[in-house]
Parts: sequence; structure tokens; C-alpha cells
Amino acid sequence: MSSATDTQVPAAAPAKARRRRGLRRLSGRDRVVVALLLGIPLLLDLAFVWFPALATVFLSFTKWNGVGGLHTKTCLPNVPSILNNGCLYGIQNYHQAVTIYPEFWPAVRHNLIWLAVFVLFATPLGMLFAVLIDRGIKGSRMYQSILFLPVMLSLALIGIIWEFMYSQNLGLINTVIGRNGNSNAIDWLGNPHLNLWAVLVEATWRQAGYVMVLYLAGLKAVDPTLREAAVVDGANAWQTFWRVVFPVMRPINVVIMVVTVIESLRAFDLVYITNKGINGLELLSVLVTSNIVGETQRVGFGSALGVVLLVISLVPICIFLFQTFRRESREGPS
Amino acid sequence: MSDAGMSPSRRTLLRGLAGAAGISVAGGLLSACSSSGSGSGTPSSGSSTGSSGSSGTVGGTVSFGSNYSDPGVKAAFASLCTAATAATGAQIKINTVDHNTFQQDITAYLQGTPDDLFTWFAGYRMQYFAAQGLALPIDDVWAKIGGNFNSAAKQLSTGLDGHQYLVPIYNYPWVVFYNKSQFAAKGYTVPTTWDQFIALAKKMKSDGIIPFAFADKDGWPALGTFDILNMRINGYDYHIKLMKHEIPWTDPGVTQVFQHWAELMPYMQTGANGRIWQDAAKTLEAKQAGMLYQGTNQVAQQYVTDKANLADLDFFVYPEINPSYAQDYMDAPTDGFMISKKAKNVDAAKAILEYIGTGAAEADFLKTDQWDVGLAQGLSAPTYDAIQKKSVVEIGKCKAVAQFMDRDSDPAMATAMIAIIQKFIDDPSTGNIATLQKSAEAQAKTIYTS
Repeated sequence: MSSATDTQVPAAAPAKARRRRGLRRLSGRDRVVVALLLGIPLLLDLAFVWFPALATVFLSFTKWNGVGGLHTKTCLPNVPSILNNGCLYGIQNYHQAVTIYPEFWPAVRHNLIWLAVFVLFATPLGMLFAVLIDRGIKGSRMYQSILFLPVMLSLALIGIIWEFMYSQNLGLINTVIGRNGNSNAIDWLGNPHLNLWAVLVEATWRQAGYVMVLYLAGLKAVDPTLREAAVVDGANAWQTFWRVVFPVMRPINVVIMVVTVIESLRAFDLVYITNKGINGLELLSVLVTSNIVGETQRVGFGSALGVVLLVISLVPICIFLFQTFRRESREGPS
Repeated sequence: MSDAGMSPSRRTLLRGLAGAAGISVAGGLLSACSSSGSGSGTPSSGSSTGSSGSSGTVGGTVSFGSNYSDPGVKAAFASLCTAATAATGAQIKINTVDHNTFQQDITAYLQGTPDDLFTWFAGYRMQYFAAQGLALPIDDVWAKIGGNFNSAAKQLSTGLDGHQYLVPIYNYPWVVFYNKSQFAAKGYTVPTTWDQFIALAKKMKSDGIIPFAFADKDGWPALGTFDILNMRINGYDYHIKLMKHEIPWTDPGVTQVFQHWAELMPYMQTGANGRIWQDAAKTLEAKQAGMLYQGTNQVAQQYVTDKANLADLDFFVYPEINPSYAQDYMDAPTDGFMISKKAKNVDAAKAILEYIGTGAAEADFLKTDQWDVGLAQGLSAPTYDAIQKKSVVEIGKCKAVAQFMDRDSDPAMATAMIAIIQKFIDDPSTGNIATLQKSAEAQAKTIYTS
């Protein structure tokens, strides 16, 4: 670690000096342009990203139903909640979430299952589709269109389409397998042990197409001479892909990993369309929404759940940034 | 009391919360408040012309936020608004929002730029929003229309501070529906006691019929079953106290409710958590199911929408369980209209409410509506069908009517109970009942008292 920083310091110092000299050379007009070009995005970033994020963290320590203003008094114990509004609540929201809020731990678990299915199933499936289509199998354009179709639909629409598949009494699946009666129908979307998996099939249906398109773009960018060289060296298709093509696609792999993590953490639409994210389909994003947007708003409590989601999503983001910066510093400034 | 009546201090609110425990108690307490409140208004001069002072009739446009999004009730509401325009001279612009979305967004809606008038529900749910200053008191409207309603209807329109905030239009009972032809063909008789009820369910099951159609995908329909079992077993006062969390959810009375429900579960349609109530109603229409416990507002309306045989539909009130309460109570939710605090055209809005609070307006609304019953006294609605006529009789027999769990309790608690009852439907075992009661109590503590 220390050696890395040692090598970095002499390399970075002249670059910094050069940059400072460059700034001095700018005319007044250029400086205004630079200030505007940097300042406007910075302001937007502060206003729409950092302020809401920090405000959410602050709100998570209050009890507020969204009506009237906030104040800095501490919440009174043993007073009806209607009179205890806008007060400071300490870490009570977090405490309640992890102890007595029954939906919290299932939501965390479901978010992790969602992530695991996307990483272990949807992404490899998309990769497989991409490789098969890239090999130019017969009718590959048609397959490409079919697999890409769900990506173009909104998740809300996908939820509705699959309702027709899963519906207990009238759905396609139960009709085909002959279990659409009133007594022995499979309750795909109502059974809390089944519905998460049913919804994950819907999500995978779309995600695999998405990943496929990204991989196709990556595969097209791979230099064909590399493959020819591999074939000349006597590598079979399997070896060519894993030893030659896959390592070359490292940038696209990183992008897909990031997309996968983001998509699984922000999962919301499908479960909300299916049953408002209750009874087996709890997700943190849904709990945040149902507490903040409901008929009675528990803004403080919902914010606390939002902060939990933020902390969880910071983990993969930090890993990604750490990896990226480490590589850049290893490569040195160009 | 008179000085407290002017501004809703913490004490009056607390007293209101405690008083709302029972209608009879609350009536005595709050009538003192409301008399002082209406005394400050101007009952004789009439607000619609008095404050504007310019002309005899109200004018301009009033916007009306409506959650009457189902086709049938939407048409009935449109005709009511046309009649109100004719009676008052004010134009009405209706903004219809999907029923569930309307409820989800209500807090943001009322604090943003709400419509002048909006549709809402009576009971604690109205009181919750009124107590936070999001609704306009309409004591002056009630000074004029008060004679059209009985004290229970007025009570349902009164906030915790003793002022009126709502003009009711209709209510509808929650009862057990069945098809007359099916009962006649199979020789079933209407049960009046729990034992007969279970025996009938057993017989239906052996005949290859689902005894009870059942759906709870939306979460709220099954709350009604909890309400009625609780009122039959423990009575109305207990039920309302439980809704206000003056009785803990771990109370043995609640255990009894779940135990009775568990006894019914083998006869109820399976997979309820994945089925919407409309599909449950369809199994009743198709006579695959024998009975369905739900509101007339839903079932009868669904029969009309599906063009099913409404004349074949009939209902009976939930059978007696505890003889000391017999069949004295039921859920009969009341819907009505309120003025938002930020209303722009208050005079015209009040004039419209004054019109809606008359028997003539309700009768007009009920020309299109074949499932609800009006609340105005002495209302003559020649268009009532058999279901509506029977509804009036059965509601009239009740010693008290509840409003439905999500209207009688803090909305956050109703949300918590939706999850708990769905878990009960998944696993109605004794061990799970105890776990669920503990969970309900833990959540109630944070929602009501901390």
C-alpha cells in the first residue's frame, strides 16, 4: 500500500503544478465559462442528490406525519401519536425497524435474494443468449428481437402481462397444467413462499434481455483477429470464450455488474404492481414508499428505512469505486 | 369547556380520543362542544350569501376531487353534481382519481393544491385529517342540514374538536351474501347461530360447493371478517376500544376472535391472499361458492357491473355467536364529502354541501346507485331494490354500527393489521395466533402512544 502511494506522489505532483499553471493562463471569460460549466452541475448535484440524501438522514431521527412543520423538541413519551408530530425521535425509528416492524427483516432478505438471482441466474443467462446470437445461429435476429422485447416494456407493464400467466383461477400456467380449479389451484402470486420466485421469473425475463444487449455490444467490439489467433492456436469454442474473449470484455463486465446491483436494489415496480409489496414480496424500496406515500405518512420511519437502503447500496458502490481507482492509480496518470 | 371549544387544545383532543371510544359516551361529551362551536357561527344569516354579500346565488366554479372511480358510482356521482349545479348555480369541475391512489396520496393532496371539495370517509379517518387542520369546519352547513340527519350520522361527521367536517351521503352494510336460487335448490336455510353457520358450511363442502368465497389480495377485505367476529364475540364497545388501543391486542378476547376465524378457515376459499375480491364475487355469481361476507357496496355493485342476476342475490346478517350481543352490531361504513382547508371557492362549496345534505339530493344519487342506502331521515327513494330495502331495515335494527377497521383506527394500525391478517390466513394455527397478537400489540404501542 505504501509503495503504491510513494510511486503516485512524484507522478501526481507535476501534473498538479501543470494544472495550476493552466488555470492562470485562462482569460476572464474562460474562467466564467469554466465556473458556469462546473458550477451548474455542482449546484444541481447538491440540490437534487446531496440535499435530499442528507435531509433523509436528518428526517430519519424525527417523528413526522408530513403535516405541518418540524421542530427541535424531543418526542414526549406516552402521548398519542397525533399530538407527537415533527419532534426529534433519536434512534427510535431504527430501533423499531429492527425489533418490532415485521416487514423489515423479510425485506432485507428479499433484497439479497433478488441480488443473488440476478447475479447467479439472470446475468449468466443473458451472457449465454448473447454468445449464442453472436455465433450467428439460424434466425439470430429473430431471437434477438424476441429476447430484447421485454426490455422495451416498462416493469409495470411486465407485471400486468405476467398477472395473466399467474392468475389463480384464469391464468395461463394453471390452465395449462390443469390446476385452475377453486380447490387445487396454485396460488402463484398469493402464496408467500411462492410469489417471490414467481416475480423473480418476471424480473429475470427482462433482465436477461437487458444483459444480452450489453454483452452483444461488447462481443461486437472484440477484435476478430484475437479469435482467429485462438483458433489457429487450436483452442475450442469454450476455451476461446473463457480464455480470450471474456478477459478482453472486462470493461463491459464491470458495467454489467454495476447495472445488476443497481437493478436489484431498486427493484420496486414488479412487486408493487403485483400486490403492493406485501405478503411475501416485501422489499426495502416498497417499505420506504408505503411509509412515506401512504394515507398516514410516517416520514421519519420511512426515512430511516431509506437510510438503511442507502447504506446497503453504498457497499457495492464503494467496492466498485475502490476497484476502479485502484486500477487507475496502478496504471498511473496518462 | 367553552374556551376549550374554540381552539383544539391538547386536552380537548385527548378527551375527544377517549370520548370517541363509544358513540353514546362521545355524544354526551361532544354535544357540549358542538353547541358552543355552532354558537360562534352564524346559523341564521346563511354563509353562502352572507359572507360574499354580493348577490343572492353563489357563482363560479367549484372543483370536486372524487375517488368515485368505478364506472357505476362514477355515473351516480356525475348526476349528483349536475343536480347540485342546477340547485345552487355553481359550476362543478370533477377531478376523478383512482380510488386507491386517492387514498394513498391524500396527505400530500390536501397540503398541496387540493380541490375545494373532496370525497372522504366518516369516522376516525375523517377525524385524523380534521385534527391536523387539513379540512374546513362546516358547522354552519350543519346548522341548516342538521335536521335531515339523526344523531348517529351527525356524530360520524364530527371531528375530535366537536366541529362538523363532513356531510354524509350514504352507507352500506357488511353482510353474508348468497344466491336465493342455490339455497332453494339445495334446501339450505339461513343460519342464525354459530353452530348452524358451521353446520351449513360443512353441508356445502360435502355438496362440492366452496362454503365461503374469500379474497384478500388488496389486504383490506379480510379486515371486515375480524370486525364482525369481534363485535359478535366481544361487543361494539370492546371493538371500538380495541381500535383506539385502549384494550391491548394481546387480550384473550382477540385470541377468541382468531380462534373462531380459524374454525372457519377450512371452509373458506383457499389462496385468498392471491385473489382480488372481484374474483371472489365472481365465484359467488357462478354459484361455485355458497356465501360471501362483504359490503353491499362491493358485491351488489359487482353483480350490476357483471350483469349478473341481481334479483337472485340476497343476504343475511352475520349469525349470533355470543348471546349477550346477539346480532346487535355490524360494519356499515359511511362515505361523504368534506371541504379542504385551502378551498378557493368556500361559499359555493358550502352551498353545494347544503344541497347534498338533503333527502332530495340523496334520492337523486340513489337513482343510479343500486347498492348503497341514503342517510337522510325520511328519505324516500322509489328506486330502491330488494338489497337496498333490506339494508335499510337491517342497519335500522342495529344498536350501533362500526365503520370498518381502517376507518375506526389509526390508518398506520390498519396497515399493520393488513399484514398480520394476511399472515393469519397463511397459517391460522394457535401458535401463530399468539405470535401475531404480540406483533400487533408491539406495533400498536408505537403507533398510538409513543
